[in-house]
Amino acid sequence: MSTKVAPTVNSKAALPSADRASRSGIWVAIFAITMSFAAFTSALFVREGTTDWGHLALPSILYFNTFLLLLGSVTLEISRRSLPAGARFESAETRKAIGWLALTLFLGLAFCAGQYLAWHNLRAHGVYLATNPNSSFFYLLTFIHVVHVLVGLAVLVYLTGRMLDSHSTFRRSLFENTAIYWHFLGVLWLYLFLLCRLKL
Amino acid sequence: MRESSAHQAHVHAPPQGFWRKYVFSLDHKVIGKQYYALALVAVFTGMILSWAMRIHMVWPTAKIPGLELLSKAGAPGGVMTPEYYLSLLTMHGTLMVFFVLTNAPFAAFGNYFLPIQIGAEDMAFPRFNMMSFWITFLAWVVLMLAFVIPDGPPIAGWTEYTPLSAIGRDAGPGMQWGASLWGLSIAIFCIASLLGALNFIATTLDLRAKGMTFMCMPICTWGWFITSCIALLAFAVLLPACILLILDRHAGTSFFIPAGVVASDRLQPHSGGSPLLWQHLFWFFGHPEVYIAILPSIGIVSHILINSIRKPLLSAKVVIYSMMSIGFLSYMVWGHHMFLSGMNPLSALAFSFPTLTITIPATVMTLIWIGSLYGANIQINSASLFVLGFISMFVSGGVSGFFLAQPSIDIYLHATYFVVGHFHMVMGVASLFGVFAGTYFWFPKMTGRFMNETLGKLHFWITFVGAYCIFMPFHYLGLIGNVRRYQSFLDDDFMAPYISLHQFITISALVTGAAQFIFLANLIYSRFKGKPAPENPWNGTSLEWSVTSPPPWNNFDGQHPVVYHDPYQYGVKGPTGDFIMQTAPQRLIVSGD
Amino acid sequence: MGKLFAVVLVIIALVSAYPILMNKYPLPEDISTHGHLIDKQLHDTMIEAGVAFVGAQLILAFFLFSFSGRKPGSALKNLPGGARALVIFAFVIVGLEVLALGVVGQKAWATVYFTPPKADALQIQAQAEQFAFYFRYPGPDGKFGVLHPDKIDESNQNYFGLDPANEVEARDDIVSGELVVPVKREIQLFLHGKDVGHSFYVRELRIQQDFVPGLELSVHFTPTKIGKYEIMCTQLCGLGHYNMKAYLNVMSQADFDKWLKDQSTQ
Repeated sequence: MSTKVAPTVNSKAALPSADRASRSGIWVAIFAITMSFAAFTSALFVREGTTDWGHLALPSILYFNTFLLLLGSVTLEISRRSLPAGARFESAETRKAIGWLALTLFLGLAFCAGQYLAWHNLRAHGVYLATNPNSSFFYLLTFIHVVHVLVGLAVLVYLTGRMLDSHSTFRRSLFENTAIYWHFLGVLWLYLFLLCRLKL
Repeated sequence: MRESSAHQAHVHAPPQGFWRKYVFSLDHKVIGKQYYALALVAVFTGMILSWAMRIHMVWPTAKIPGLELLSKAGAPGGVMTPEYYLSLLTMHGTLMVFFVLTNAPFAAFGNYFLPIQIGAEDMAFPRFNMMSFWITFLAWVVLMLAFVIPDGPPIAGWTEYTPLSAIGRDAGPGMQWGASLWGLSIAIFCIASLLGALNFIATTLDLRAKGMTFMCMPICTWGWFITSCIALLAFAVLLPACILLILDRHAGTSFFIPAGVVASDRLQPHSGGSPLLWQHLFWFFGHPEVYIAILPSIGIVSHILINSIRKPLLSAKVVIYSMMSIGFLSYMVWGHHMFLSGMNPLSALAFSFPTLTITIPATVMTLIWIGSLYGANIQINSASLFVLGFISMFVSGGVSGFFLAQPSIDIYLHATYFVVGHFHMVMGVASLFGVFAGTYFWFPKMTGRFMNETLGKLHFWITFVGAYCIFMPFHYLGLIGNVRRYQSFLDDDFMAPYISLHQFITISALVTGAAQFIFLANLIYSRFKGKPAPENPWNGTSLEWSVTSPPPWNNFDGQHPVVYHDPYQYGVKGPTGDFIMQTAPQRLIVSGD
Repeated sequence: MGKLFAVVLVIIALVSAYPILMNKYPLPEDISTHGHLIDKQLHDTMIEAGVAFVGAQLILAFFLFSFSGRKPGSALKNLPGGARALVIFAFVIVGLEVLALGVVGQKAWATVYFTPPKADALQIQAQAEQFAFYFRYPGPDGKFGVLHPDKIDESNQNYFGLDPANEVEARDDIVSGELVVPVKREIQLFLHGKDVGHSFYVRELRIQQDFVPGLELSVHFTPTKIGKYEIMCTQLCGLGHYNMKAYLNVMSQADFDKWLKDQSTQ
């Protein structure tokens, strides 16, 4: 059964109730994740006030990783906007959308690999999780962010699978919500990177 | 069967097969009952632990039956060692606060009744809902493992203050793997609770039936909704705290451990951490947590009260706004647990004012409950007895808060039995009374059978009088300066005049606890042999009374209920009695909003 | 049964209030200069709390008695004033009373925490560890030796990690398991936590303060009566928490001077 929803209509009120609920759900989840990182941030500020707070030189690959993640948001948006109105997905537009989606997936994976390289770089310089409070926060914040990115990647894989399977029904709202979550992870990363840059 | 994406989705397929129906069910009603069952196991465990603690306190050489089976080291020959007292104390608190008071009034009843009361087929995310329960169950298993490991459960109390909880084995037995299991269990519990809160919020916002405006939702639905908002923020902070604690314990970090800590003759390798940071993070969660424990019961009690007095409250809207303000204020008061912690003394005053201010909405609600009794037609049964008992207990437990909210008085009363009396009365008694009331009230709906009224009343009387006998004396003990978390006072000259009061408390606890088995027996017996109950045994107005007892798997049999007004149409000339259901178009009372 | 409940409620309210009214559980004697402020605050709060408690239970009982077990078909009515009167009552009466308590109560808190100790206060350092309190006096030179955590050695009774061999100030420091103080003299107590959180609580002194490892905290007080008083640890600190007790021994100035002299010669 197809969902008769025009592609540009994004307003929550126009969605069926189940889709409205999942839209609320993703924002509620984002709110909770934000709150958790706010708790970590306050821990950082408290810890910063102590005598053994030093300085951590951030590996420069982080800038490149940031670029990859933000580019991934761009490609995801392109994918989302290129999806046709109807739910039947055999067309060329759909294949294009899936292509951009796959690119997003690749960029996300590249980001995670890049983060791993950043950790590797630090370890090569003898900086581990418990070396000093600055490094503790760096590893902690980046690791937990990567965990959330991996969850996002898993959903992207699932989404790609659904779109490839032309016999399944496809809920557009799933795509919308994934995009919201993915962009949030980008914004969150910008915040964390800035926090690390300014404070660590 | 694949999910369809039609306008009102069948949220999930009708359950088929044993596993889908009774174990990994997507049905919010089954999940609610699963939470209830878990809470039941946890509350009896916690109660028996408290029996052991109370017996040891006044008869330290007593051989407690079964205790040696639990721990040979902790209770050789059944005689509890002083050290094991702390392990039992920690597990008692952790089980009761997390697995009873967050599970029963909120997760159990909320899961069962929120979707029905708003006219939905199920929660918004049934799969997440199922996961929430089983993750909670996993958290419980991890916690209970602390009993079976050789070193036993942690000894740092349910509050697990650092550095005691952070430095590991050097802090004492139970502080190695026991404390790690605690941290892991609570972190897992946080994840489950976050998923649950998410479900409640999205469901309430978006799955309400036609006509079900926010103000047409029953007060208990509001209670669950506000609680889930609080829970979302609170558990989102506890989870990071537990992660940081686990890192300090196992990864050598120093979030909570300062330099220069010498424990068990060993200078700990950590430095720079802040023990107060744990307290801030923990209580930022911990204070809202106690409102998570009481608000659902406040909602349940208000809901049942209206039905029992056959008359709307003087103003339901005011009660709802009071609940909202309590929820809001709950985030501003956490420092009142830390007046003497070494934080800036000015902040004590800053925390004291919002704490005192919470008295206002709490008083408003209490006055409205009591004031609504005037001119009413009060029906007495097991459920309403517990509702009225709740009001009495809420007053008693609440007024002791007056004292503790003031930092100057807290200098004297902090860490005494006065505090223990206060929180047991509001959480351990009042909140549980809400659960009891909800059980007697909704049992017919959930099972199609009544609970036995005689046993219910007997259960009430022993519990009500017994709870006062146990917890009122705690306040007197606090006033004379009886400190808490000590395993016994028999060697203490100062406490000698008060030992007989402690004995009285212990005996009251044993008797009152025994009465809970009457409740358990009633629950089990009635499930199979109770008197059959109709669809609407209490002549109620809200949507749960418009469906069969028990409700069909999709609540409304594929229908989409339409609601015409609030659920407070009592004391009117309705089609079948002194009430009008929400599904009936007439509305005769414009309730005094 | 509603009427029975009402009667039981009244009994419970009165039985609960009785010990308070008859002062059966009095506060321990106050031996401090600031304690009377706390006691007065507690007393005033007890009156307000007591009135609220007894009043609420009695009104609940009265309404229960009057409006349960009614004949079927009895008319329903609403409380005169309705919700509005109650809300106004809560805000005005409770609000004022509760905030008044808060404002007035500041004085006791301020006396303990915002008033600095006098310059000639006797300085003593308290260390809390699993599971004992130790107290250190600066000795005739009036200076405390440095505390080296890495030099703490229980077996040699070097509880404070002193280094008398290399540091002059540490040589005359006096360490005692008992907190001995002269009466009517202001004491400034520095609190050092050696391992985990502990707390210093003397009921009669109306003083309670946590020890926090990593934080240098202090309290000050003036004991007014000679005698021996329990110091209890009130922050759960591990296995021996229940045994962690010391004594505050308040002596006359003459006796204290003699005690100090005896300690120095040991």
